[in-house]
Formats: sequence, C-alpha cells, structure tokens
Amino acid sequence: MNKRLIMLLPLAVFVVLALFLGKGLFLNPREVPSPFIGRPAPQFALAEVGNPARSFSPKEMLGKVWMLNVWAPWCVSCRQEHGVLMQLKDQGVVIVGLNWKDKDREAAELMARMGTPYVINLEDLDGRVGIDYGVTGTPETFLIDKQGIIRYKQTGPINAEVWTEKLEPRMKEMAK
Amino acid sequence: MIPELGFFALILALSLAIIQSVLPLIGAQTGNARFMAVARPAARAQFLFVVLAYACLVTSFLLNDFSVRNVATNSFSQLPAVYRFTASWGSHEGSMLLWTLILAFWTMAVSVLSRRLPEDMAARVIGIMGLISVGFLSFSIFTSNPFERLLPVPMDGRDLNPLLQDPGMVLHPPMLYMGYVGFSVAFAFAIAALLSGKLDAAWARWSRPWTTVAWGFLTAGIALGSWWAYVELGWGGWWFWDPTENASFMPWLAGTALIHSLAVTEKRGVFKAWTVLLAITAFSLSLLGTFLVRSGVLSSVHAFATDPSRGAFILGFLAVVVGGSLLLFALRAPAMASGTRFSAFSRESLLLMNNVVLVSALGSVLLGTLYPLFLDALGMGKISVGAPYFNAVFVPLMVPALFLMAVGPLTRWKGASLPEMVVRLRIAFVVAIVAAVAVPLAAGEFKPWVSVSVGLAVWIAYGVALGFRERLKHGGSLRSLPRGFWGMQLAHLSMAIGIVGMAMVSGYEDQRNVKMAVGDTAQLAGYTFTFKGVEVIEGPNYRAARGHLTVHPESGSDFALSAEKRIYNAGGMPMTEAGIDYGVFRDIYVAMGEEIEPQVWTVQLFYKPFIDWLWFAAGMMALGGFLAASDRRYRVALKAKDAA
Repeated sequence: MNKRLIMLLPLAVFVVLALFLGKGLFLNPREVPSPFIGRPAPQFALAEVGNPARSFSPKEMLGKVWMLNVWAPWCVSCRQEHGVLMQLKDQGVVIVGLNWKDKDREAAELMARMGTPYVINLEDLDGRVGIDYGVTGTPETFLIDKQGIIRYKQTGPINAEVWTEKLEPRMKEMAK
Repeated sequence: MIPELGFFALILALSLAIIQSVLPLIGAQTGNARFMAVARPAARAQFLFVVLAYACLVTSFLLNDFSVRNVATNSFSQLPAVYRFTASWGSHEGSMLLWTLILAFWTMAVSVLSRRLPEDMAARVIGIMGLISVGFLSFSIFTSNPFERLLPVPMDGRDLNPLLQDPGMVLHPPMLYMGYVGFSVAFAFAIAALLSGKLDAAWARWSRPWTTVAWGFLTAGIALGSWWAYVELGWGGWWFWDPTENASFMPWLAGTALIHSLAVTEKRGVFKAWTVLLAITAFSLSLLGTFLVRSGVLSSVHAFATDPSRGAFILGFLAVVVGGSLLLFALRAPAMASGTRFSAFSRESLLLMNNVVLVSALGSVLLGTLYPLFLDALGMGKISVGAPYFNAVFVPLMVPALFLMAVGPLTRWKGASLPEMVVRLRIAFVVAIVAAVAVPLAAGEFKPWVSVSVGLAVWIAYGVALGFRERLKHGGSLRSLPRGFWGMQLAHLSMAIGIVGMAMVSGYEDQRNVKMAVGDTAQLAGYTFTFKGVEVIEGPNYRAARGHLTVHPESGSDFALSAEKRIYNAGGMPMTEAGIDYGVFRDIYVAMGEEIEPQVWTVQLFYKPFIDWLWFAAGMMALGGFLAASDRRYRVALKAKDAA
C-alpha cells in the first residue's frame, strides 16, 4: 500500500470513532427497555402503608389509565420527583405508590409532612412485588393502560421534561 | 466576592493562554524572536491565574460558602476539612478545573526546564500546550463554571458523594491527572516536531523524561484508584474493567508503548513516525477518557453528572485536537526518513514486538469499552461488556509481552545472536518451569494461569538479575550504574511482583457470605471468625454500625477486625467501610452486609492471598519511572548548556 495512505489510516480510524461518539451523546446507556412492556402488569395484593386493613390489587384499576410509582423514603431522586408528582395529582393523574423496602417505616411520616401524590401508597416491605416488576432501583414508574397492560417504564425521576415529552403523550394516547 | 475573583482569574488565564499559543506559534513559523519570547512569561502568568482561581474554589469549600452551587452540591457543613478540600475536585466542574490547573503546572514546568531547547522548539511546545489550555479554560468558563452562584442560598450542602470520602480519593485524582495531563508534554513535543520537520534523536531525548514522569504518575494514580475500589466498594475486588478504569488504563498502555519506542528512536533513530503517532495516541486517549467519563456516553459505577452540551463541547475539542494532529501526521510523516536498518533479532525488533503487543492489547480494551456504544449507535441492542471478555482477550495478549520483557534488555542493539541468547537464558528457562510447576502445587491446587504467571514472573526476575550481573561483570558498583538502567530494571522487576500478586489472588482467593449473631463463628481458609457484635458510632457526618470480629488463625495469635456500615447524614446513602488486616502473604477482609434481624447481620468474609503485592509493585514501578527520568544524561545536557 502507498505510504501516504497508511499514514492517513489513523485519521480515518479516528473519524469513524468520533462519529460513533457523537451518536453516543444522544443515546442513554441507562435506558434499558423493560421486558414487561406490552405484558399484563403482574398481579399482587398489598396493604396500604399505615392501614393494614386496606388491601389493593391492580385488578381494581381495570378500565383506568394509571401510574405505578416505585419509590422509597431513603431515595434522594424520589424526593426531587415528589414535587412533580404532587402537581400531576392536581392535574388528575392517578398515581399508585409502591413504597419499596422501607425498613425504617418513614413513609407515613414523610407523606404527612410533604403531602401525598398517591391515591394509595402500598407497603412492599420485602421488595417482592418490586422483583415481579423487574425494579432495579428507585424511582421507577410504570404506565398501565385500561386493559391492565404495562405500556411504558420510566427509569429515574420524573421531571417536567420527562412528563411533557415521554409520559403525557403516552397517557393521552392510552386514555383514548 | 471570592468566587467572582476566581471566575475573573479564569477569564484572565484564558486571555493569557490565547496569547501563549498564538504569538509563539506564529513567531516560530516566521522566525520572529520577539513573538517566540512571549511563550515563557505568558505560560507562567497563565499558571499563576489558574492557581489563583483554584485557590478561590478551595477557599469557598473550606468556608462552606453554600451560595456557590458547586459547594452546595458537593460539600456539607459537617464534612471534615480534608474532604472539604478534596471536594474541590469531587465534582465535574472542580475536576475540570483541576485538569486545567495541572496542565498549567506542566506548562510552567516546561517553561522552566526548557532552557536547553532551541528557541523555536520551546515556543512551539509551549504554544501547543497553550492551545490545549484554551480549550479547557473555555470549557470551564462556558459550560462548567465552578463558581456559579445559587439562589436562594441553601442552609446546608448536599454533601460530597460518600464514595469519595476516603483517603485513597485524596491522592488518586491529582495523581491520575498528573499522568493523563502529563502526556500533553510528549504530545506537544510530537506536534512541534511535525510542525518544524525536525524529528530526530534530540527530539526523542527531550521527550523521554517528560513521558516517563507522566507515566510514573499515571501508574501511581491507577494503583491508588484500584486500592480505593478494594477498600471502599466493599466487594473485595481490585479491578473491574469498568469504563472509567479503562479510560485511565488505555493511556497507560499507550504511554508504556511510547516509553519503549522513544528509547529506540533516541538510541537508533528508527520508528520515528511510529513514536510520533504513539505520542499523539497517548494524549488523545487521555482526552477520550475525559470525554467518556464526563459526557456519560458509557454507564459506569462512577460516572458523574451527564450533560449533552458538555459532551458535545469535549467531542468538538477532541475532533479539533486529535483530528488536527492526525491530519498533520498524515501530511508530514511520509516525508520522515526511516533511519538505519536492524536485524530480525535485535533489541529494536524485540521492542517493536513489545509495541505491537501493547498496541493490540490497547485495541482490545478500546474495543471492549466502546463496543456497547457501537451496538447501541447502530440500533443493534444494549449490551454490556464485562470482565470475562477482557480477561479472555487481554490476559493472553500479555503473555508474549512478558516473555519478551526478560529477553529485550539483554539483547544488543542492531543485531544479536539468537543461539547465544538461548544459551544465556537456558538456566532462567529451567528455573521458571520448575517454579511454574512447584508454586501452584505448593499452594494446594494446580491452576494453569497461576502456573503460567508464576513461571513468567520468575523468568522476568531472573532476566533482571542477569542484567545486573552482566553490567557488573567488568567491575563497577551498583551505585555506578546509570539511573536509567536502575529505573528500567525496577519497573521490570515490579511487573514480576505484580503478576505474582494478580495470579495468586485470582487463583486462590476465597470468600463467604455468612449470617452472624453475637458469638457465632465461621471458617474461611483456615481462619476462624467470631462475631463480637455491633456498636453504633457517631461519625462527623455519618452514623455507623461498627461490627467487631476476632480472627483466630491456624497458627499465630488472634487479632481483631472491625468493619462499618455507614449512613451519611446528608442524603442517607449507605456505605461500607471494610475491615482489613493487611499482610505480606494475605489480606483478611471483612465487610458488613445488612442487619436481617435485630443484632443479626450478614457479613462478607474474604481471604485475599498476595493482594498487597499488586500495590507494592505499582509503587515500585512508578518509582522506577521517576528514577529513570532523573538519569544523569538528561541533566548533563542541561548543565552543559548552562556552562556555555
């Protein structure tokens, strides 16, 4: 091969690499598609936090579009998200909280202090329901349609941008 | 007031960096001595203003000025002072400023120690480093201002990431950056040589000590990071092939190849284009590492905040610096004459093989690190490439490099006799084979990789001993040997020590996960662990459950160990603080898990044979680098110039 061409090789390799890196900037490596999307939401029966007599099962929500928000009092990003959820509640979004592995039982006190965005906040003390939903961390939010099918999973906190760009359009679509 | 002063200092530093790069580069191209003379004072003034800016940042941290966003998000009033100091580089903004500071420091060092350089060469080198400073200062000022104010002012900060509150983290980032950024000197020399067309042995001689010192710092920095992961992550591991680790390891591999090829270029005047390319590569990989860690394109255990605009800036900068350099290389390198010839078996050819192997290894790490990104970008799914790939590809590649390590230094330049070498090394070969069989058997279980590694370690050590013997054959004392020789042999010997550590700990480590209540005992590798219970401790900015254990070895006296599970006050993040009994031949390592019932804990017990050999080896390797860089011949040239 021509010597000049060989000397151009490093540059060519770098250009290809830079194109990939540029593409990579617009991808999110943490966004892993959930295998649960398109599947019926796993069934469970859990008690409400602070009210063991009230039990809840996803079956109750058939016919409604709702959000299952997995959170924990010890989770910092959940607190960031809390304000957004409060606003969504005021807009009439139905949110069910799954209080995940809250060993210190801080949730009730926290909700009393900061307000609750949830129609019901469920106690998943040993995290078993979280496992059924493939939860890897908090916060995670599932959008569930009228037929009880999981349609979308948001990993990480919901902020105004996530809501307007990802969740709201989908929920409107599902409400039709 | 102090943060504004700091920001102002940054703007002045940027102005000076522009002067420092533009005038000297024009001067060197046109032969204007007055323009070239601007380089040194501009570089020193730029350094002073960056120091001032950094001092302002540190002051804000020490004074708990939570009106500065950076302080509010990364510090806490209860944080101990030493960590308030290190928190100054714990954030994205702070660590970029540290990058800039260290770059300015290296430039200043070049401006002081370059008196023996031809004026145009010095002007070009300082000018090119100035261009890099312009990039990083603009990055800080326009996208990552560390002095940004926050309104309303919070009552307290959100605390430094507890992972970073560890003694290992005090030194790791500055050391690592000294290495990363230090390669900018070799890079600047390479570009200056391409610009001037004067690519000769003198150029290689100037580049060598700078490269070796940077490489020594990088070695120490990587080792400190590994030690930190071992102590702080509580998994007992020391290397995870995490993208962030790879980001620092790739420049190290390129730097190692560069050190060796520089030796050939200096001594024999060959491999010039290749050496230039390696110098560009080593620094490009430093920049790439910065991009990978800062842009969040790869997920990693210690990736920081992600922001596409910052990523875009660094990528643009990377494209200009690396793309521009490689374009210059493509234009100028074909004209560079390859020097003298050498035979198929000579020190040149062995060093060439060393370079081929190191660069292949580098390629394998680069591929594994970026493969998930490639697939994702092509829409072919999300995967992660983990330790199994790297161990399967990287480790076997190292075997020929390690084998040649013993032979290379004993081989003559230009040409040597292969049969003669076989005779010289036959005893070494036999000793290595015996060790390769005997050591794993003595350890209790024969493991092929332990056997190969121990054999190579003994082979290298024997080669080092032979090197000393042949040097002293005709008289002379150990002290009379040049430091360059000492440095090389120390670094090679440390590799042998490090391999033993890696092989033994990978082959014979043992661990157990046990549930323990007070008084319970557990056995591991001949040690009996007794759980003495847990006490609650109030740290300065955390609460901890400290578990106490006593360990009863098969022989020798009992000792106590304590490990902590900490909950930090701000943020409530749980952290483990492992309890480690260090030993020459083994570490005993315990980490607290969860309290599953009142007073009943899961406890992880680890037996880590020979693990400390790794960090000892890394320290020795870095020392070898510093020793080699301080060799007399680099200083003699300096003195000769002074006398003249």
